[in-house]
Amino acid sequence: MGNYITFPDLLIWLPLLAAAFSFISKDERGAKNSAIIFSLLILGVSVATLFFTNDTQYLSYNHVNYIWLKYMGANYYVGLDGTGRLLTLLTAIGFPLIFISTSNSKYENPSRFYGLMMLTQAGLMGVFMAMDALTFYFFWELALIPVYFLCSIWGGEKRIQATFKFFVYTFAGSLLMLIGIIYVYLHTQGRTFGDGTTSAHSFAMSAFYTVQLSASEQNWLFILFFIAFAIKMPIFPFHTWQPEAYNQSPTSVTMVLSGIMVKMGLFGAMRWLIPVFPEASAHFKQLIVILSVIGIVYASCIAMMQDNIKKLVAYSSIAHIGLMSAAIFSMNQISVQGAMMQMFNHGINIIGMWVVIDIIERRTGVKKISELSGLAHSAPVLTILFIVIALANIALPLTNAFAGEFLMFSGLYNFSHWMAAVAGIGIILSAVYTLNMIQKVFYGSVNSLTTDVKDVSWNEKLVLIIIVGIIFFVGIYPQPLIELTKEAVNNMVVSVQ
Amino acid sequence: MNAIILSAICGVIMMFCGAFIKNKSLHKYIAIAGLIAIIAANILESASGNSFFQFDIHDMLRMNSFNLFFITIAFGSTLIYFLLSGSEIEKVGEHVGEYFALIFFILCGIGLVATFNTLLMLFIGIEIISIPLYILTGSDKRNLKSNEAALKYFLMGAFSTGIMLMGIAFIYGGNPNASFYIDQIQVGMGNMPIMIAVGLLFLLISMSFKVSAAPFHFWTPDVYDGAPTVFTSFMSTIVKVAGFFAFIRLFEYAFGQMQDQWQRLIVVITIATLLIGNITAVFQQSVKRMLAYSSIAQAGFMLLALFALNDKAKEGLLLYSAAYCLATIGLFGILTKMEDYTIDGFNGLAKEQPLLGFAATVFLLSLTGVPLTAGFQSKFFMLMAAVQNGQQFWLVIAAVLFAAISAYYYFRVIQAIYFKDAAQKVINDISITMRFKVMLTIIVALIIIIGIYPEIIIGWMYR
Repeated sequence: MGNYITFPDLLIWLPLLAAAFSFISKDERGAKNSAIIFSLLILGVSVATLFFTNDTQYLSYNHVNYIWLKYMGANYYVGLDGTGRLLTLLTAIGFPLIFISTSNSKYENPSRFYGLMMLTQAGLMGVFMAMDALTFYFFWELALIPVYFLCSIWGGEKRIQATFKFFVYTFAGSLLMLIGIIYVYLHTQGRTFGDGTTSAHSFAMSAFYTVQLSASEQNWLFILFFIAFAIKMPIFPFHTWQPEAYNQSPTSVTMVLSGIMVKMGLFGAMRWLIPVFPEASAHFKQLIVILSVIGIVYASCIAMMQDNIKKLVAYSSIAHIGLMSAAIFSMNQISVQGAMMQMFNHGINIIGMWVVIDIIERRTGVKKISELSGLAHSAPVLTILFIVIALANIALPLTNAFAGEFLMFSGLYNFSHWMAAVAGIGIILSAVYTLNMIQKVFYGSVNSLTTDVKDVSWNEKLVLIIIVGIIFFVGIYPQPLIELTKEAVNNMVVSVQ
Repeated sequence: MNAIILSAICGVIMMFCGAFIKNKSLHKYIAIAGLIAIIAANILESASGNSFFQFDIHDMLRMNSFNLFFITIAFGSTLIYFLLSGSEIEKVGEHVGEYFALIFFILCGIGLVATFNTLLMLFIGIEIISIPLYILTGSDKRNLKSNEAALKYFLMGAFSTGIMLMGIAFIYGGNPNASFYIDQIQVGMGNMPIMIAVGLLFLLISMSFKVSAAPFHFWTPDVYDGAPTVFTSFMSTIVKVAGFFAFIRLFEYAFGQMQDQWQRLIVVITIATLLIGNITAVFQQSVKRMLAYSSIAQAGFMLLALFALNDKAKEGLLLYSAAYCLATIGLFGILTKMEDYTIDGFNGLAKEQPLLGFAATVFLLSLTGVPLTAGFQSKFFMLMAAVQNGQQFWLVIAAVLFAAISAYYYFRVIQAIYFKDAAQKVINDISITMRFKVMLTIIVALIIIIGIYPEIIIGWMYR
């Protein structure tokens, strides 16, 4: 296998192929089916990667390295490591779930819709596997462009402004990161390629990790990179694009954005920020943890006040991401491990949340909490499944998020007692607004909107049951996730000490 | 040498064609054939190093692989321009042969400014470019705006020519070698002599005028807006990058060793150009006028090459020339087919003409500088050159922030194309020929190929 075709190849080319199939298919069914079939295939490949983790034995299966721009020292290098496996797995699980759960939605121009979705998947896969700075930057932007079109074409009323704001924010951020990449690149050692040619500098990740920079250079380079990642995550005060973008996007795209795409920022910080600028990271970590914690409390407070159910989830997502970013920048083994797990769990849970919200919105046509009431009477199955997901979202024991949040909090506690205490308020608040929402939407008396809401259809039920299954499995037995990423976490933590 | 002489000959031939051949579209085919021959001869010259024409030019022009390659890019872009918009040239007026003749003379001038080695050749080259442009600008004789633009352009251009001559005279006078050769300008140690400084300043001003860098850009929007769209396309792309090439060649060879003394001036001009170009473009309602301001904004990015003046800057300049010409020519090609030049006129283009909508989107993304397009690579190299230079790092940050602003006005057009519905007919269907579509597809393919693999353009520098 390894010499001919590799896992990273499959994970990038299959989505592209699927996109091509979707684009050329004439009717909705063809586009949808090719997207679903290919995304299941990709899921299969992604699961298979979990069994070939031993790099001494399977190195050539997991890495693809071609010479790309010889004179500049840029390779097309994609490879799988622990973090990459985890996040490609999340991407691979996310897409089929999204497709199946929303397969009842009708889109104008379905072939374009599914084609763009698959392009997004290819971009995301590339981001999580890139091991060369220029490759990373290309995929980073590549994931953004199709999403921009998805939101702007199929979104809500104010979609054009909302998505444009989102685009400009992230575009500006990534251009700043580009300058950072260029600066680091110009200070790297030369590179020798397989065919004997050399270049003066190198874009390789290993070259970036060993680059020698003075403390002041590191500090402002750190800021350039950090802005790009902070906008993508998003953490306070770079989050203002997010609620409107989530609210206006079509729900399936919101799932991609909130479940998977925000992980790009966290992932970027773990792979391209902290190890490249260890001293600057140590210098700024206090500040970033404080910002994250402010974000947690602030977003939770706003979430409590929300009447729009989509915005409520959007703000709760800001709070969760804030916790993960605080954990990452606490930079100790436990907290980073927890954040790593939580990146996966949060992705699964929030996709589950959106699936339910999408169902409610499609059945009743409203997204205001105050107008909904008594859904439990007409849709009992939906209610039960949703409550499980919502409890996972507030990290109750036995659910997947508990393990992650527990680790994150103990790590954060080691970093600073006060920060952990303040962040803890966020958890309490999240229980408040989530339970409050459940109570208002699902219980109480039935009103005219909710009397004849149909319960979940088979495809929605399937998706929700799978999500609930993952929630319980990881909640009870989180060890595989820890094993998968232990080495990557170790490397990162060691690099900063 | 081939390119310069052959394009002058071609220009003369086209003038005679204008007199004797009545069939309008035949002119276009003769011009295309001639241009292909010139490009082939030029490539031959850069491969073998020998020109068809051997005579003593007293080292007043210097051919090397770098500037010959630039000529290939500029002439190749012109070929694409002919193929895409040739039939639009026919529609401008009666004297089709002469329009082509004028364009060939401009190409001859481009050959001179790309290879000059004395200030005199630079001056002659610039004039050979400018005078036909004044005529082309006013070629739509019955249109008041076109006339106004031509007059304005002529007056301003004449003024800047005067300044340039004055600058050359000062430099000649201040040069102990008493020579016009750009590599024989002696400045000694320390601060440059006052005569040279004044001459340099005048040259800087006149060249800034030619490439429409702020604060000498005021003619640009009116002239670009007033000229027939098909000629705006030519002068805002190929002529402009040729001007840049000359600008950078002049300052590198003549004044390169005292860069630290004039670099700050360039910083000021760059920032002003980026600021004015980008901010003003945001408020435009007409796409044609928006492109005029965007060309100022792009000029700001190209000025980074002059600021940096290193190898990366040269690579970047080549890439920028190719990327900017391709995208802008393509966009103007589509614009000439539109019924309505306002941004709202693009509403619903993607529904009516999917290929045109897609191509326009790729061109706009390339101008914005999104990865996978040539525009990204060119900006990338320019930024790299500027960072490598090591001075004034904040300039680079400012440049990318302006690039983010540029997304605003480019994306407004994309939004109109894809996300809005048309109020009336968007486009004149009859004029969309198969050839037009094929050419657009080729341009899109070129943009993406350069975007993925820029070494196709810059790789030769290392061979």
